[in-house]
Amino acid sequence: MATAGPSAPGPVESLGIVAARAVTLLGDIAIFSVQTLTWMFTRAPAPGTLMPAFYIVGVRSVPVVAITGMFIGMVMAVQMFNQFNALGMATRLGSMINITVVRELGPVLAATMLAGRVGSSMAAELATMRVTEQVDALSCLGAHPLHYLVVPRLLACALLIPLLTVVANFMGIMGGAFICTRLYGVEAHFYWANSAAYVSMWDVGMGCTKAFFFGIAIALIGCHRGLNSQPGAEGVGRSATEAFVASFVAILVLDFFLAIFLLAAHDRFILQGAGRSFL
Amino acid sequence: MSTPAPTPLIALKKLNVEFGAQRVLTDVNLEIQRGQTVVVIGESGCGKTVLLKLIIGLLRPTAGAVVFDGKILTNLSDRDLTRERLRFGFLFQSSALFDSLTVYDNVAFGLREQRNLKEGEIRGIVRQRLQEVGLSNEVEPKKPAELSGGMKKRVGLARALALNPEVMLYDEPTTGLDPIMTDVINELILLVRQRHPVTSIVVTHEMKTVYKVATRVVMLYPLARLKPGENQILFDGPPEELSNTNDPRVRQFIEGKANERLQEISGAEHSALRNEVAS
Repeated sequence: MATAGPSAPGPVESLGIVAARAVTLLGDIAIFSVQTLTWMFTRAPAPGTLMPAFYIVGVRSVPVVAITGMFIGMVMAVQMFNQFNALGMATRLGSMINITVVRELGPVLAATMLAGRVGSSMAAELATMRVTEQVDALSCLGAHPLHYLVVPRLLACALLIPLLTVVANFMGIMGGAFICTRLYGVEAHFYWANSAAYVSMWDVGMGCTKAFFFGIAIALIGCHRGLNSQPGAEGVGRSATEAFVASFVAILVLDFFLAIFLLAAHDRFILQGAGRSFL
Repeated sequence: MSTPAPTPLIALKKLNVEFGAQRVLTDVNLEIQRGQTVVVIGESGCGKTVLLKLIIGLLRPTAGAVVFDGKILTNLSDRDLTRERLRFGFLFQSSALFDSLTVYDNVAFGLREQRNLKEGEIRGIVRQRLQEVGLSNEVEPKKPAELSGGMKKRVGLARALALNPEVMLYDEPTTGLDPIMTDVINELILLVRQRHPVTSIVVTHEMKTVYKVATRVVMLYPLARLKPGENQILFDGPPEELSNTNDPRVRQFIEGKANERLQEISGAEHSALRNEVAS
């Protein structure tokens, strides 16, 4: 006689399982982050680990970030010119494009591009090291994987993604200016004068602050997924995909909360309470 | 008056390991004295590699304790565990060489991680260890991808020996090697024992390795095939006693016969296979 197998979970139970897994994963990443930060502040990075990480995250990412930034600015110019021109405000395009690029699109799209280029590659590299026992070998030779593998990548992302965002911003500003002043014939003097009047260092700082947190999220999520990879080629591939998806979601969520927080700070310290932020 | 038994260097006490719902080891007790060369044999999946990784603290037991030189490994902090691990050398099944580093840097890795040696001293030790495993200076600048399987094993052994370990752990050191290289590795295990006062634990399937290097043989049996209440260690004794054992499961393993396992292949497939072999 056939015995009845375990019944399939119902929709509520399935939802509960998914929620429990999500909470467990978040807790695991939180513990991983605290342990990594403890290593970062208690022992200097291992010699010879920082420069390769900085080169891969920083230097190798410049072209892709520059292209992303340039096209953001150019597309914004193309999309906005007709509306602004109809109102006779084409010279105001500079302030509009540049504030949007510097505050939002530059940091977010550069970080998204880097989550794909850097985060996924970190996850795949560490996952391969995990499944080929190289991570175990590190532990056996007196190196802690968090100190040796994660700390340099975290430092590289936290310090260089803000700088890469500056590159994306610069290229976005130049791309927008090129389309407006060269193709659409907007008067360059007024275009730049409006940009200078409305885009402040606070806006640039706000974008770079966001990029700093995006960098931390990309590195921690990429390394966590890599070091917790399932065995085999499928496990490595899944780690890389999960790293990108989770980093992308983290970037959007962080962007939302940082925007609220930073605008509230702007209201309090710059506008002296004259703004209309949530906080 | 009888002399008290010496304190074992490594003691496994009622060790249990589970991965999710899968039980791998149950109530394993084993004591290893200084200077012994213990060869652990058993079918694939019986928990040999898990046993080795428990001894060096890369895995934590679900229950029970691993005691190394009087210290319970599971009670140690991360840093203390790292310090104790340096008393072990581990030759991984896949060699686990760091593929981004050269042979020289692989062997020097553990020495550099200790940060108390000058580069000149490190160079001397690396060259000596490479010579001990029969490799010339010419391999030093090569990356692991440029080496054959046997050379990778030898570099892995040189790397494991670099820190003068008290205990050498070999995880299937001859798997995947040709018969000549298998003999070379077996000879190297003997040479290491002659040159350094080490305790060795070798996990293998190869009976040639067992008879050549073992002073004591331990045979593990997969839990799934064990009768209820039976000890998972089917044999524990000197290699010369292996041939005198009455346990048919031990005899089956050392003679390498499939016997009743062929019945696990369905009748039709089995007869088809036999016909194919006969033709």
